[in-house]
Amino acid sequence: MKARQKRLIFVLLGVVAVIGASFLINKAMQGNFYKLYTPQEVLAGEVPTGQTIRIGGLVKEGSLKRSDTELEARFVVLDKHKNEVTIVTNKILPDLFKEGKSQIARGILKADGIFYAEEVLAKHDANYMPEEMKDIVTEQHTPVKDGVK
Amino acid sequence: MSVSWFKYAAPMNFYPLAGKLIPLFWILAIALIGFGLYWGFFQTPDVLSDQKQYYRIIFVHVAASWMGMWLYAMMVFWGLVGLVFNTRLSFMMAQATSVTGALMAFIALASGAVWGKVSWGTWWDWDPRLTMSLILMFLYIGYIALHSAIDNSRRADKASAVLSLVGLAIVPVIYYSVNCPNPNECGSLHQESSFKGVESNILLAMLVTALGFWMYSFATILMRVRNIILERDMNTKWVSKL
Repeated sequence: MKARQKRLIFVLLGVVAVIGASFLINKAMQGNFYKLYTPQEVLAGEVPTGQTIRIGGLVKEGSLKRSDTELEARFVVLDKHKNEVTIVTNKILPDLFKEGKSQIARGILKADGIFYAEEVLAKHDANYMPEEMKDIVTEQHTPVKDGVK
Repeated sequence: MSVSWFKYAAPMNFYPLAGKLIPLFWILAIALIGFGLYWGFFQTPDVLSDQKQYYRIIFVHVAASWMGMWLYAMMVFWGLVGLVFNTRLSFMMAQATSVTGALMAFIALASGAVWGKVSWGTWWDWDPRLTMSLILMFLYIGYIALHSAIDNSRRADKASAVLSLVGLAIVPVIYYSVNCPNPNECGSLHQESSFKGVESNILLAMLVTALGFWMYSFATILMRVRNIILERDMNTKWVSKL
């Protein structure tokens, strides 16, 4: 076997090993990259109180209330089983933060069952459409998932 | 037939060819990026269903992110060709690609940070895709650092080609890193990448700009590879004749 062919085999083995590694990393990342708690887990008491964690979920329609005098905002997040957790924050809410949209809050769950967030992040979807066109597209492509709406 | 192809594998013959191609790629780059950004800034809707004008950073962000990934694959490809066939020019191409790739990875992260601050509410988050993109930039920097740390250029070429191959595992991970079964239950901020919900003018501007970024990358890579050729062949007859 020529030296060049040997090198080719080594390189191909290397490529196969890298593809394997990539596949395994992908598998591992399908789960949570790091823990995001859902309102269900909060209500079930699986969430540690007094330490910084993150809670995700949809902002309940009509639940956002802002204080008249302070920056404080208060809203309710829902998961797909309609479990509710109240979140209070005194930080500026991002532009994309809206009722009916997904959010991630980082903060501390106090013993009174209210989540005090020091950071609220908004998530956005992959739609880049003006409002009137979006309705057409989403109707065609994405069936309404049960529980979410 | 095959002879004429391998002719340009010799740095001596590739040098003038690259010199002729560079202006062509520059013209295409300027025309495509110019058109893409014009279309993106002036012919697309001002307000989307959820985002406002600031979404327009997408044209730079997506193009740079794609280039960051593609150039990495290209760099690995040239490195592997060099390892198998021992061709000097392929290693030089890999070395030239690394700098443009690192720049693209940086632009992707920086533009993403600005966009993220306005829309999500944070410059940075340990989201899977963001984290992996950061690692990609470190891989480029690692490649450049390793290459310049070894004085013997042949050894530097081989060592950094092997290093770049190992890092290739990250590229598909970036691509698939937003496959979360239920977006409401996973911590990733970055939304899925999909064309199906993108308005057609936005899509056009995005694709044309990305193509322009390709042309820009080719132009700078060829310019850099010409310098590398001159540097490495400094003591040869054909260079001293230039």
